[in-house]
Amino acid sequence: MNDHNISLGRAQESALATNKVLKNTYMLLSMTLIFSGVMALVGMSAGLGHGVSLVSSLVAIGLLWFVLPRTANSSAGIPVLFAITGLLGLGLGPMLNFYMAINPSIVSTALGGTGVIFLGLSGYALTTRKDFSFMGGFLMVGLMVVLVAALANIFLQMPVMQLVISGAIVMIMSGLILYQTSAIIHGGETNYIMAAASLFLSLLNMFQALMQLLGAFGGDD
Amino acid sequence: MNWMTIGSVVLIIGMMIFIFPSMRRAVKTAPKGNMSDWMGFIIPLAAIIGFIILLINMV
Repeated sequence: MNDHNISLGRAQESALATNKVLKNTYMLLSMTLIFSGVMALVGMSAGLGHGVSLVSSLVAIGLLWFVLPRTANSSAGIPVLFAITGLLGLGLGPMLNFYMAINPSIVSTALGGTGVIFLGLSGYALTTRKDFSFMGGFLMVGLMVVLVAALANIFLQMPVMQLVISGAIVMIMSGLILYQTSAIIHGGETNYIMAAASLFLSLLNMFQALMQLLGAFGGDD
Repeated sequence: MNWMTIGSVVLIIGMMIFIFPSMRRAVKTAPKGNMSDWMGFIIPLAAIIGFIILLINMV
């Protein structure tokens, strides 16, 4: 009886900890998305070039690889995450300006589409409580294949290949959203800063890939 | 080759180097999914593909 009470108590504690990670992750994710959106507007209005975009993305990736893992277990991780998301948002400026010039509805549709896909997948993972940890290897291999294809396409410059890559990115990022949400639910991810960073990157990549797909296939021309 | 291309190549190679150890670990340690597990991924994925086709028609 006593053992039963102890295990129930532990289960409740674990559920509370999971809910706390989930709540903090979504709160931090929303704040970083707003901040990144503001920085993207700054990048757009300043008319930044692709060179600045590349440099800000490189700095953000550097922070993500070398600084965030060292600071994620302390409160210092939060400003680092804001710096990363702000730089990535700023780097999005030239791409947004490009698609706004072609057709502004591409940007709004891609933004709305990303939001709907994210909410749908998060809701699916949260309500079904399925464990998607089995997808880890598949998603990482998929990501590596996409990177190899993207590297090859820098030299090949094939528009069709670029669209295939964009389609694959949307699929892989969808899988990563399910994987990450499931990891939070099942206790595989207990750090809300790392969880928010991972979800933010999935959303950003999905948004960019969706814009490319809509820009290529959408419209009457 | 301009410096933008070089920057992009460096970024992608850096990502590949960074992801490789995680990929190896994930392939070795991730549990194997059964048919029902994979269906739980394929069904929402099919819904997303349908949704993207709808978005393309909307633009």
